Amino acid sequence: MPNFDWPAKEDRSLISTRINRLDGPMKVRGTAKYSYDRNLEGMLYGMLVTSPHPHARITKIDTSAAEKVNGFRGAVLINDVGAELQWTGQEILAVAADTEEHARDAVAAVKIDYEVLPHFVKEEDVTKAGNYVTPADEKLEGEPDAAFSAADTVTHEGYYGCATINHCCLEPHGQVVDWKGDEITVYASTQAVGRIGADLAKNLSTDPAMGQVSPSNVVILTPVMGGGFGAKFAIDTWGIACAKLSKQTGRPVKLMLEREEEQLMAGARPSFYGNIKAAAKKDGTLTGYQSETWSTGGPSPRGAPPLPYVFDKEAYKTRHINIATHTGPSRAWRAPNHPQAAVLTMCALTDLAAKLEMDPVSFFKKNLGLTARPEVYSAQIDKAAELIDWKGKFHKPGENGSGYTRRGVGLSIHTWGGRPHDSQCRVTIEPDGKVAATLGSQDLGPGLRTVVGIVLAETMGLPLSQVTVNIGDSRYPPSGASGGSTSTGGVSSSTRRGAVLALDELKGVVAADLGVAAEELEAKDGTIRVKANPSKSLSWSEACRKLGSKTISQLGEQPMRDGGKLADQGVGGVQMADVSVDIETGIVKINKMVAVQDIGLVINLKTAESQVYGALIMGICWALWEERVYDEVTGQMLNPDMEFYKLAGIGDIGELVVHMDTYTYDDRGVIGLGEPPAVSPGAAISNAVFNALGVRVPVVPMTPDKVLAALEKKGGMA
Amino acid sequence: MQAFQYASPTTVQEALDHLSSTWGEVDVLAGGTDLLSLMKERIHTPNKVVGLRGIKELRGISKSGNNLRIGATVTVQELADNSQIQKQYPALAQAAAGIHSPQMRSMGTVAGDLLQRPRCWYFRRGMGLLAKSDGKSLIPTGENRYHAILGNKGPAYFVNASSLAPALVALGAKVKVVSKSGSREVEIEKLYRAPAGDSERELDLKPDELVTEILIPASGARSATYEVRERQLLDWPLTTASVVLEMSGNTVKSARVVMGHVAPMPWRSSQAEQALAGKTVSEDVAMAAGKAAVAAATPLSQNKYKVQLASVAVKRAVLAAAGRA
Repeated sequence: MPNFDWPAKEDRSLISTRINRLDGPMKVRGTAKYSYDRNLEGMLYGMLVTSPHPHARITKIDTSAAEKVNGFRGAVLINDVGAELQWTGQEILAVAADTEEHARDAVAAVKIDYEVLPHFVKEEDVTKAGNYVTPADEKLEGEPDAAFSAADTVTHEGYYGCATINHCCLEPHGQVVDWKGDEITVYASTQAVGRIGADLAKNLSTDPAMGQVSPSNVVILTPVMGGGFGAKFAIDTWGIACAKLSKQTGRPVKLMLEREEEQLMAGARPSFYGNIKAAAKKDGTLTGYQSETWSTGGPSPRGAPPLPYVFDKEAYKTRHINIATHTGPSRAWRAPNHPQAAVLTMCALTDLAAKLEMDPVSFFKKNLGLTARPEVYSAQIDKAAELIDWKGKFHKPGENGSGYTRRGVGLSIHTWGGRPHDSQCRVTIEPDGKVAATLGSQDLGPGLRTVVGIVLAETMGLPLSQVTVNIGDSRYPPSGASGGSTSTGGVSSSTRRGAVLALDELKGVVAADLGVAAEELEAKDGTIRVKANPSKSLSWSEACRKLGSKTISQLGEQPMRDGGKLADQGVGGVQMADVSVDIETGIVKINKMVAVQDIGLVINLKTAESQVYGALIMGICWALWEERVYDEVTGQMLNPDMEFYKLAGIGDIGELVVHMDTYTYDDRGVIGLGEPPAVSPGAAISNAVFNALGVRVPVVPMTPDKVLAALEKKGGMA
Repeated sequence: MQAFQYASPTTVQEALDHLSSTWGEVDVLAGGTDLLSLMKERIHTPNKVVGLRGIKELRGISKSGNNLRIGATVTVQELADNSQIQKQYPALAQAAAGIHSPQMRSMGTVAGDLLQRPRCWYFRRGMGLLAKSDGKSLIPTGENRYHAILGNKGPAYFVNASSLAPALVALGAKVKVVSKSGSREVEIEKLYRAPAGDSERELDLKPDELVTEILIPASGARSATYEVRERQLLDWPLTTASVVLEMSGNTVKSARVVMGHVAPMPWRSSQAEQALAGKTVSEDVAMAAGKAAVAAATPLSQNKYKVQLASVAVKRAVLAAAGRA
C-alpha cells in the first residue's frame, strides 16, 4: 500500500519554504505568451458591437455599410432583432477584419435601431427601487427579538454598505480561435481550461451553420493568464462569436475585450447595503444580530450575503432583497459575498464594542465561542495584534492625535471553505531521468505551476530545476476549474499521489540492485537510497537507466478512491489595519496592514504570501476608491476606464505584513488561499478609520466626500 | 481612431499653413497624452494632425528680456527638473512634480498641459462638453463629485484640468500665440473661458492659432502649490491651489491666489488675496484666506466637500509659500 502522506516537517526540503515562481523569469522578460500575445499567421481581429443603451429592444440591424468597410471579413450575430438588452455594453454582434483599426471602422459602420426602454441603475436608495425589488432570502435562528429586549442589553443599530466594484483583470477577457478542418484551437484567458471546450462545443452545435462540434474537437490552451478573480469561468458570447468568425472566414481570429467593455460587461461584484442591529450583554457577550440588506447583481440576482458573518451562533434574523438594475451583470469575485458580509458584520460589531466601551480585540475574543474555530482565531488575533502593535496604537475611538491627522487601528476576521477540486495528474519518469507532471489545470495566479513542481520534486528527492510541469492544455488529464480556492488543494493532492505511485514503481525496479525490498528505499538528495544505510544508493539518473526502454507513467487522482486525504477545507484569518486620516481633507492613508492566515499545509510560502499581498492591495482599492459610477438619467457608466475607476498605485498601499500560520496546522493537509485574505481588508480599514475619527464612515469606498460628511455629522472636525 | 492626414512641419510658419479656421478639422499633436485618447474615443475626429516634434523653435527654457521663456513643447519633466524654475518659481516646479507619472511627465508638454481638454466624464463618454440631455445639463443633479464649485452657473460645469495653469496664473505668466495674421500675447488668466455652446471651445484661442511659448515675468516672490489628491498614483487632484506672496519683511505686500480643479478655468480669488495683503502669515491668516477663497462657492448636489478641500488647499499653499508648512 503506497504511503501518500505529506512528508514530516524535518523530511521536507522544498515544501513550506519560499520558492520563486518557475514562470517568473519568462513573465518579467515578456516571453510568456498570454492569449493577448498570440498572433497567428493570417489572423483577423474581432470586435464587438454593443448596446449604447442601458435598456432597449433591437428593432433593426443593418450591417450593409460595415460589410463595405475596407478590410471587413465577417460578422456574426449574438443578439438579434427583438432581443431586449439589459445593460449598456451588452453584446449584439461581432465583426472580424484585417486589422484592429479596420475592425473598429466596421463596428462604427454597423447601424442598429432600438426601441429605448425605461432603465434603473442606482440601488443604494432602496426606497426608489419600486418594482425592481424581489425578496431573496430570510433566516431566523433562536429568538433575536428576545435578545434585543432583554434587560441589561446594549444595542447598536447602524447603516453600512459596499458599492459595486469590477474585477479589472490586467488581461481582459478574450481568446484567439483557430478553426482548421474539424479542429478548433482556442488560446483562451480562462480559469477553466478543462471546462470551456465542452461549453463552446455545446453552444456551436446549436447553430446549423457550424455543423456538429464535439468537445473532443476543441483544444483549450492557457499556459499563462492575466487574472480572473472569478470572472473567467465561461466561454462567453465573445468566445462563441470568435469561433464562429473563425469558421466563417477560415482564418484564426483574435477577439479580446477592450478595457471599456471589460468594465461594462465582463465582471462585477454585487453591492451590499443594509441596516444592521446587534446586541450584547453589558459584559460584552454578543446575544443578537439582525440585518435588513439589499444588493444588486445587475439584471440577475447574485445571492444573499452570509450574515451574520463568522460570529453566527447568536440569535439572529436576516432578510435580504435583490434589486435588479440595468448594469453589467455580476460574476463571482474572490470569496463571493464574503467581503461585503464582513463589512456588514465586523463594522457593526466594532461599533457595538465602542458602545460597550470595549476594545474590539477584547470584544471579538470574548465572542469567539460563537464562531466555528475559536482557537484558530484566538491565536491569530494575538499574532496580528502583536504585529501591528495593537496595544500601543488602539485608543478610544476618535480620542487621539493633534493637528489635522488622526490615526487608528481596526480589525476583521474571516472564513472560507476551499474544498479541493477533482484533479488527475499524470506523472512520468523517463529512462533518461526526466520527470514530469502533466495536468489540465491553469495558473489563475497562485503560482500553481510552481506548487505542482514543488510537490513533484519534493516527492522525488530532486531539485525543482530537474522536474517539468505541464499545465494549461485541455488534452491533459482533467483538473477542476480554478475557483473558490480549490486548485492548490486539488492539484497538490493529485500530484503527490501520482508522484508517489511513480516513485514506488521506480523503487520496485531498482530494489534488487540495491539488495533490499522496495519499501526500504527512499528518494533523497538526487538519489534512491536505502533508508537504513544511505551510503547504499543509486544516483537518480543511474536508477532511471535501470528502466531500460520503459517510461513510468502513473495517474494520481484527487479524490483518491481509497478515501485518503491530503487536502482539506475551512480556514480562518484575521486582518488588522493602521490608517491615518487627514481630517481637513478626508483623505485616508494606509500606514500598515497585517494579515494572519491559516491554510493548513503551506506548499510554497513565498507565493502564498504573494497571494495575500495581492488580496490586501485589492482590498485597499475597494476600501478607499473603487466604485462603478452610473448616471441616473442616461443609465451610462461614467468611469469604464482606469482613470476615474481608481485602483491603488505602489505609493498608496503602505506597509503590508503577512503572517502565514506555517507548520501550525500541517496535519490538516493543503487548503486553497485565493479567497480568504480578500475578505477582510475593507472591514478592517473601515474599522481603523472609525477608531481614528470616532465616527463611522458607513459605506466603502471611503472617499473624501464620505469621510468629510461623516465628520460633519459628528459635529465638525474630530 | 478615424483615419487622418499627418503633417510634420519643421517651422512654426509651416505648421500654421496646416491649421484650419474651423475647430475640429485639424488637431495639433505635441506629447499626445491627451489627444491620442480623445481620438481613440472619437471625441476628436480631425482630418489632419499636425505634429510639432520637428519644430526646434518650440523647445528650450531660456531668459528672454525680463521673462523666463518656456518653449511650448518643453516637457513637464524638463520643467520640473529646471533648477532656475525650482529656485525662482517653486509653485510651478511643484505643480509639474504633482503629475505623478514619469511617462506623462516625459511625454506631456507645457503647452499641451495648458490646452488639454476637460476630463469631465460626461464629455469623455461622448455626451458633449456641456453634457446636455433634452436641452438640459445632466451635471447639476448628476454625477458631479469632481465638477465645478465656482463659476458654475452653467452651462459649463466641468473643471479646467491643467496642472500648470493655476501656478502660471499666480505667477502672472503669458502665452505667445501666433497665427498667419501675426502674433499676440495673452495672459494665461485670460486664456480660458466658459463656453456657451457645445461647438465652442473652453479657450480664448482661434483654431488657426498656435501657442509657441510661455513667458513668466521675473519675480522675487515666494510661491507654493498644494494639491489635494486621493492617490499617490497618477491621479487628478481633487483641488489645487497656487499662491504667490510678494513679501515686505514678514508682511505680505501683495498676494496672488489661484485654485485649480474648482471651475471651468483656473480660479483666481481676489477675496483670498485681500485677506492676505498687509498681514503676517499665520495659521489663522492662512485659514482666513482659505475661507475667503471659497466664500462665493456654489456647490452642486455631490461636491460640497470640494469647497472644504479648496479652502484647505489655499490655506496649506499659503503656509507653504510663507515657509510655514
